Amino acid sequence: MQAGTAQASIEQIRADVSRRMVFDRLFVVVGLLVMFSALLVLAVLFIDLVQKGAPRLNLEFLTQFPSRKPERAGILSAWVGTSLIMVTTAAITMPIGVAAAIYLEEYAPKNWFTAIIEINVTNLAGVPSIIYGLLALGLFVYQFNLGQTILTAGLTLSLLILPIVIVATREALRAVPRPIREAAYALGATRWEVTAHHVLPYSMGGILTGMIIGLSRAIGETAPLITIGALSFIAFLPQSPVTGEFPFLSFAWLKDAFTAMPIQMFNWVSRPDPEFQVNAAAAGAILLGMTLLMNGIAIWLRYRYRKRINW
Amino acid sequence: MQTETGEPAVGARQAAPVQGPDGRHAPPRPTVEPGRAQAEGAGVVKSRAEDLSFHYGAVQALKGLNIEIREKRVTALIGPSGCGKTTFLRCFNRMHDLTPNTRYEGRIMLYPDDFDLVARGVDPIEVRMRIGMVFQKPNPFPKSIFENVAYGLRVRGMRSRVRLEEEVEKAMRRAAIWDEVKDRLASSGLSLSGGQQQRLCIARALATNPEILLFDEPTSALDPIATARIEELIAELRDQVTVIIVTHNMQQAARVSDYTAFMYLGEIIEFDNTSKLFTNPSRKATEDYITGRYG
Repeated sequence: MQAGTAQASIEQIRADVSRRMVFDRLFVVVGLLVMFSALLVLAVLFIDLVQKGAPRLNLEFLTQFPSRKPERAGILSAWVGTSLIMVTTAAITMPIGVAAAIYLEEYAPKNWFTAIIEINVTNLAGVPSIIYGLLALGLFVYQFNLGQTILTAGLTLSLLILPIVIVATREALRAVPRPIREAAYALGATRWEVTAHHVLPYSMGGILTGMIIGLSRAIGETAPLITIGALSFIAFLPQSPVTGEFPFLSFAWLKDAFTAMPIQMFNWVSRPDPEFQVNAAAAGAILLGMTLLMNGIAIWLRYRYRKRINW
Repeated sequence: MQTETGEPAVGARQAAPVQGPDGRHAPPRPTVEPGRAQAEGAGVVKSRAEDLSFHYGAVQALKGLNIEIREKRVTALIGPSGCGKTTFLRCFNRMHDLTPNTRYEGRIMLYPDDFDLVARGVDPIEVRMRIGMVFQKPNPFPKSIFENVAYGLRVRGMRSRVRLEEEVEKAMRRAAIWDEVKDRLASSGLSLSGGQQQRLCIARALATNPEILLFDEPTSALDPIATARIEELIAELRDQVTVIIVTHNMQQAARVSDYTAFMYLGEIIEFDNTSKLFTNPSRKATEDYITGRYG
């Protein structure tokens, strides 16, 4: 019976299509539900922190050192410490992570050795952060005698996010289409020229996004910093990176003791005085805000680079 | 190979007329030359594949190919999908070296300096400095139109802005794209239409003055009007550069080429003057293919 299907009336076709479309609509509803419940949890958390911390969310809170008196305690040393650690982490991670990714993606021969390296890099992304803390305590603090400093913290967090950055960078490099590489090779470019003139610039959006995602993971890390001996009460700032005399830049702060936002929060949360809970909530709101800001920058960067390059 | 063309490097270049249209002295190679090729003479041998075989891992894709590419002529490679024509084309600029586990056997000689393109010791970069390529899909860099064409020159160490501008304009004029883009050299190469992008890619390849220009199905992603423009362009380039073109479109091969090789299953079944091959093929398989019996 060939005619049976061929002669289905338009009503039958419509009925058939709308019956099958039920699943599409159903999935849209389920998808929206799941997405909004996840967003809702985050929103509730953020609003709750802002509400609880509201009395302390002011400029003074940002410009004062910690204190025994909750109403006078601020997060100056914490956010300065966190910022400097992030700068250090970024400066260490970026070149190492990108270089490793370039090697693995563009240069490394495909054999069992590089396969093992790849599997390990991916696995390292899942290692608990406290393990990195223990490694750093043994290696950086005791073995290399770097002390309980901003440099040690930066190195530790770098180890933690390197796998993330390497994986993200490799994916960004891989997204550069093969015809573009071939076009450059066909003009007589060397592998390095193809990488430096084409692959890297075109994948920069993805690389920076991966970098910032890694840093947003690092900014909230507490366990490894406690392990390497972050101080929870610091009433002074690290030495200034900018100096009045030539060469105007100083790296002495790398060797200074530090505290960081999550450490400060942890410290306040563990105090009995309810006033400190307000401080902890306020610091939490600011930390969450910093993370969201970094993710926002990542999205903006991706958007900007994608707009310029659309294959 | 006979002596007469055995030394095309020196002899044939000055004494091109020796290979008269009568074809009587000519060696056992395509010598029937009606039409334009006859009027202009057979041309000097620019490159010659000798027993060229190519392997992807354990798979042999090309089986002992022999062909002569004439200088400042267009040679077309036709054949059904998977016959190895693109694989063969990509041997000429060693594109296969980007894929691991590939192997060439035999030789592809480039004249006049007897340079074996696929010899083991030869760096593929060196080959690609001399032989340009235009790809199937237009693939401009996501850089400015100017930088697209200037890139090959920059790789070759040209730094002077004035000279770069000169050369870029020259290449764009040769590729018949200058008039359309001269006022927006700074906009992205990706902002152009497909046909313009492909001509930009041709300009990019021409800027480096390649000795042979390879076209890998250059119009398969373009509409008929853009295709016609590219074909016109290839016809104009004939006087300036040696062209090898892979095409799926037999009419295109007939329109633009002087010589045509019909390939099938990794072998060259027939290689001849284009008009001879299309009007009076000597092999049954060629005839079946060009008359549309398969392919």
